[in-house]
Amino acid sequence: MEKILEVKDLHVDFDTYNGVVHAIRGVSFHLNAGETLAIVGESGSGKSITVRSILQLLAKNGTISKGEILYHGDDLLQKSTKEMDDIRGNKISMIFQDPMTSLDPTMTIGKQVAEPLLIHNNVSKKDALKRAEEVLRLVGIPNPSARMNDYPHQFSGGQRQRIVIAIAIVDYPEILIADEPTTALDVTVQAQIIDLLKELQQKIGTSIIFITHDLGVVAGIADRVAVMYAGRFVEYGSVNDIFYNPQHPYTWGLLDSMPTLDTNEGSRLHSIPGTPPNLLNPPEGDAFAPRNAYAMEIDEEEQPPFFKVSKNHYAATWLLHPNAPKVTPPEGIMKRFAKYERLGGNVK
Amino acid sequence: MADERKVIVSVKNLKQYFNIGKPNEVKAVDDVSFDIYKGETFGLVGESGSGKSTTGRSIIRLYNPTDGHIYFNGQDISKIKSHGPKMKEFRREMQMIFQDPYASLNPRMKVKDIIAEGLDVHGLVKNDDERDKRVRELLDMVNLNPEHMTRYPYEFSGGQRQRIGIARALAVDPQFIIADEPISALDVSIQAQVVNLMQDIQKKQGLTYLFIAHDLSMVKYISDRIAVMYRGKIVELASADEIYKNPLHPYTQSLLSAIPVPDPEIEVKRTRIDFDHKRPFEDDQRLQEVMPGHFLYCNDEKAASFK
Repeated sequence: MEKILEVKDLHVDFDTYNGVVHAIRGVSFHLNAGETLAIVGESGSGKSITVRSILQLLAKNGTISKGEILYHGDDLLQKSTKEMDDIRGNKISMIFQDPMTSLDPTMTIGKQVAEPLLIHNNVSKKDALKRAEEVLRLVGIPNPSARMNDYPHQFSGGQRQRIVIAIAIVDYPEILIADEPTTALDVTVQAQIIDLLKELQQKIGTSIIFITHDLGVVAGIADRVAVMYAGRFVEYGSVNDIFYNPQHPYTWGLLDSMPTLDTNEGSRLHSIPGTPPNLLNPPEGDAFAPRNAYAMEIDEEEQPPFFKVSKNHYAATWLLHPNAPKVTPPEGIMKRFAKYERLGGNVK
Repeated sequence: MADERKVIVSVKNLKQYFNIGKPNEVKAVDDVSFDIYKGETFGLVGESGSGKSTTGRSIIRLYNPTDGHIYFNGQDISKIKSHGPKMKEFRREMQMIFQDPYASLNPRMKVKDIIAEGLDVHGLVKNDDERDKRVRELLDMVNLNPEHMTRYPYEFSGGQRQRIGIARALAVDPQFIIADEPISALDVSIQAQVVNLMQDIQKKQGLTYLFIAHDLSMVKYISDRIAVMYRGKIVELASADEIYKNPLHPYTQSLLSAIPVPDPEIEVKRTRIDFDHKRPFEDDQRLQEVMPGHFLYCNDEKAASFK
């Protein structure tokens, strides 16, 4: 499979009143052509910063202090502002979280959808508007020709998110970055938007990076999953690896703290105690150690490297070290292991 | 579930309209009736705009109901005056936890003053020592460090702020708490902490909850009974298990079919049920008990088919 995007050892810092916040502390991953990679994590884990770095859309006080972002082998961090303008919204585009604030309220939706074409391509206004209408139909806006001159407030939340998606795909980007595109929406609308993204991926062959904190959504859309905590990836692998053979205690905690529809009443939910660390002073060892019931002494001292679990599945936890004691994961995770074996996998 | 099934809150034909008589009239809550039993958690679910929050806010009388009655411990509270002594008495028994832990705490007040505001209003403590003692107890109850009582809200995380909101609601020792999406703004790992805390406190104090939410899996977990709202009406009401195992209303079925499940195998097989929003209600329909404890918004003919 062709790697169209490769991020290598990314570090991002933010200058704040209280000092320098190390928001991203060495993140590496790649994106294959045509796949969907989901990045999951809690707020503040750095998932949005990671993808915003790709397009260099960081706030003014943020700097990429180290790393490479290779797009077809070319480092985006070496590009000029003008060269980046050519890439944004054209080859790599982004769907933002909040459909209420990411549209211009004073501009008709027809113009907003056509805008990327007029900026990037040498097309006439007439052709651009024609294309905008096609794309609006593609994302499921009913009767688009009549609605081209309407303003955002005349659409529902779900329709607005469809319009935001239309803007992102109007130039058939190679990479679509979706930053919590369904978080602000109701479940039934969320399901429609996810179906739409899958359908579009088939039609135009886009690769997707999907950011969310909702593991249910991840299970439905991702080919591969990366779990992020305190500015680093802690585990990544195929969707089956992460859901049925998770190895990092943080992944266990995330999967176990969501009630499933067959969680018994009366049983307590498994919560992860405590809160994420302050990245002004990132901890020396494993950032998750203070909240980790399985933490060992070494977790306080040294950041664990990635250990290979299986082909393409890696987790950064000392529990995978050959000398680590054998631990029994929570019951809910054991059930997932059983499913993994039924599906023909080998649980470590 | 409550042992003696004593009704604590009874809502009868509640209507809450806004902009009455104007072209933009909204029937946010349109003829809704239900009972909440003492000691239970009653879940109210629906999508944005369904009227679930408005229902909660009408019950605690943040609005003046357009029509209908709300009985609290047998007393009709739907008409009592907004600033009268009766309202004050009633508000001590019924408290609210709000959705947004950032917007619902006054940033210029210390945590101890936020929590003790209700104590002051109702004159429940005699002096500052007693007041501080009570605040410490409450902070301890919600698993926050009592030493932090002199801090300001910005010094706390989202989950911690929601605990402060819970401590504030508990301060006046209420019987009934309306929790309006209390965990929606929190991260997954923190949601579980807050839900566990709410359940522990319920057991200890014998509280009754009205839990308003759109996250259906969490509602199923925490609720004894669930009502599904759609466009200002309750379309189905039953025990939590019954709603999930045997949903009867097409809207409930559609809503349940859209819940994402953290299991790829289930997700691949999932088929979504679409609901036709064009003509959801007919004139001859009403909420009626079609099976013991299971209410459905339907016409008499449909109801008879379950007999």
